[in-house]
Amino acid sequence: MTFSAGRLGKAVRVALFVTCLADTLFPEAGKATVRLLERLGHRVEFPLAQTCCGQMHVNTGYVGEALPLVRRYVEVFAGFEAIVVPSSSCTGSVRHQHAMVARRCGDKALAARAGAVAARTWELSQFLTEVLGVEDVDAYYPHRVTYHPTCHSLRMLGVGEAPLRLLRRVRGLTLAELPDAETCCGFGGTFALKNAEVSTAMLADKMRNVLATGAEVCTAGDSSCLMHIGGGLSRLRTGVRTVHLAEILASTQENP
Amino acid sequence: MTGTFLGMPTAPRGVGHLRGAEPFPAAARRALADSQLRRNLAKATSTIRAKRAAVVAELPDWEDLRAAGQAIRTHAMTHLDHYLVQLEEQVTSRGGVVHWARDAAEANRLITGLVRQAGAAEVVKVKSIVTDEIGLNDALAAAGITAHETDLAELIVQLGHDRPSHILVPAIHRNRAEIREIFLREMAGVDPGLTDSPAALTAAARGYLRRRFLSARVGISGANFAVAETGTLCVVESEGNGRMCLTLPETLITVMGIEKVIPSWRDLEVFLQLLPRSSTGERMNPYTSMWTGITPGDGPQHVHLVLLDNGRTAALADETGRQALHCIRCSACLNVCPVYERVGGHAYGSVYPGPIGAILSPQLTGVEDNASLPYASSLCGACYQVCPVKIDIPSVLVHLRARHVEQAAAARRMPAPEAVTMAAAAWVMASPRRWAATQRASRVGRLAGRGDRIRWLPPPLSGWTAARDAPAPPAQTFRQWWKARNGGTA
Repeated sequence: MTFSAGRLGKAVRVALFVTCLADTLFPEAGKATVRLLERLGHRVEFPLAQTCCGQMHVNTGYVGEALPLVRRYVEVFAGFEAIVVPSSSCTGSVRHQHAMVARRCGDKALAARAGAVAARTWELSQFLTEVLGVEDVDAYYPHRVTYHPTCHSLRMLGVGEAPLRLLRRVRGLTLAELPDAETCCGFGGTFALKNAEVSTAMLADKMRNVLATGAEVCTAGDSSCLMHIGGGLSRLRTGVRTVHLAEILASTQENP
Repeated sequence: MTGTFLGMPTAPRGVGHLRGAEPFPAAARRALADSQLRRNLAKATSTIRAKRAAVVAELPDWEDLRAAGQAIRTHAMTHLDHYLVQLEEQVTSRGGVVHWARDAAEANRLITGLVRQAGAAEVVKVKSIVTDEIGLNDALAAAGITAHETDLAELIVQLGHDRPSHILVPAIHRNRAEIREIFLREMAGVDPGLTDSPAALTAAARGYLRRRFLSARVGISGANFAVAETGTLCVVESEGNGRMCLTLPETLITVMGIEKVIPSWRDLEVFLQLLPRSSTGERMNPYTSMWTGITPGDGPQHVHLVLLDNGRTAALADETGRQALHCIRCSACLNVCPVYERVGGHAYGSVYPGPIGAILSPQLTGVEDNASLPYASSLCGACYQVCPVKIDIPSVLVHLRARHVEQAAAARRMPAPEAVTMAAAAWVMASPRRWAATQRASRVGRLAGRGDRIRWLPPPLSGWTAARDAPAPPAQTFRQWWKARNGGTA
């Protein structure tokens, strides 16, 4: 879908789906998303009735339990022309799982509505580059940064180079290329608990590559993968920190 | 919930190699600690990944080929009943004999009988996963028949009293030094001065195998494809050893899963492009053998085809899961899988390892017998991206997790702790009021950490903090910040 209004520079009324994880544990990613979109001249709304997309339930096998969450998402966001999410994994769940959950539970009407709302749901970097048509968001972030393309951003949503194009326009930022970038970090939701040791082995290789870049900051579009990578980097006292892409894009010289 | 038809028989227990002795996480733990295995796998998979990527990039119509492959396989599975009968008619009319085996035990009985009928005490085998699926070598041995694996990697596995760990490269977990040791220890008549150069190892295997090719009266093979229209069977291999087995013995017995059928000769055009580029990273396959019934005076004069079900009809009954039957066994999904690369094939417990094995094995055996496999994935999607017939492996994994949860719930009187947790989380998240209250309560977790990091959490979260710090909940949730900022309005 196209938003000619956005491309022409007119304000778009945007609903933020902050995700349960960012709401509870990583509010800075949500706040940054709000600051960034407002700085670009758009009006952000946060419907307080929102909770969770249900991805954890679906991916762990609890499809029936996810149904009320899908219904809630559809009802809360049905009235908005664009819903922006600072997570490709949750966007992927909305886009690729919500209609399936409704169908599997025998609710065809909900499946149709879920499909329509999903089509208006955007991951942040894709919303910026594809819908608003911006790459330079006038950000300032004087650090050496490496970018990890999360699996769902890369292979489920196909965001491609969008985050890198945004990062390259950030003033002061040195972008260090991550070796083996496209390999999974090992998070995988409940995989990190059910197969904690395999997950850790994958994390070890991801951290080795992050450290090889010499970056101070590892960024990505998903707080979940960053929680995993950052948890490992912190445990080993590497001194490298993880920061959500939205926080980098929201930073300015006046408000770093 | 739409009903899943559960009435079809699955692969029986106690025969064959579709079930592991322990759940995936336990087997994976051992594999992760094996530094030689880790090194061998990382080296082999990264080499083959690069080769595949290079040859796939050469074809401008690769995505069209994938779409064609998917369409042909989907069509063949939708009309499997028709094409199998057509295949039987064609093979029979050209002098072959077709046998139907409902499961591993029946197939083993049938094949053992055919070997006895031929009066043979030894057979030579073309690399075949399906014969390993049914445990054919064990069944033959029990009947006093010696099976000789002739594929180089299968020979290494057999001589090493080992198990295959990869669909295409069964000895991928072994390096040259280990292969040399196995040959010196197990290969009768081997030169004691054998080095670990590939040429020397291959020459040793060639000398050992040549005698067996020339004396064998029965050959046993699998099949990569069976063309219904003509009754032609096709084996794709790289060494030529397969061709020896397919042409020298008087009797040739081919075992294939019923899903291997393709409608027409022309369909091979698609698969013989997709398969070598996806599997070995070659533009064209070195030895592609095809035979149609019997050719009088040339090659085997007794040709048998055993069509095996062993849980395939049960998989076909699952609308979402059935796409696992589209697999052409290229193993591209194994080579790109970050989980497979770190644990190898043995951890999956089945002859079908890796991402495809994680969706195929549980369907053949019934999910309850391979319940840990659908969870042996981070759902990163690399497998789906490379699959030459576009099997959506991540979606099938998620679907099989749901089947497992449903079946486990039906089998228990008390819900499992995980089910209680998931139900509670869903209940909380179904209401913004309950959600906000829970968020406030979770900030008690701040007490567990020093500063903004938590170093230890109790089970089941201890798996997380064993290697990773956890973030301490912040002083203010996002919604609290929003409310404060906007004076309590949305």
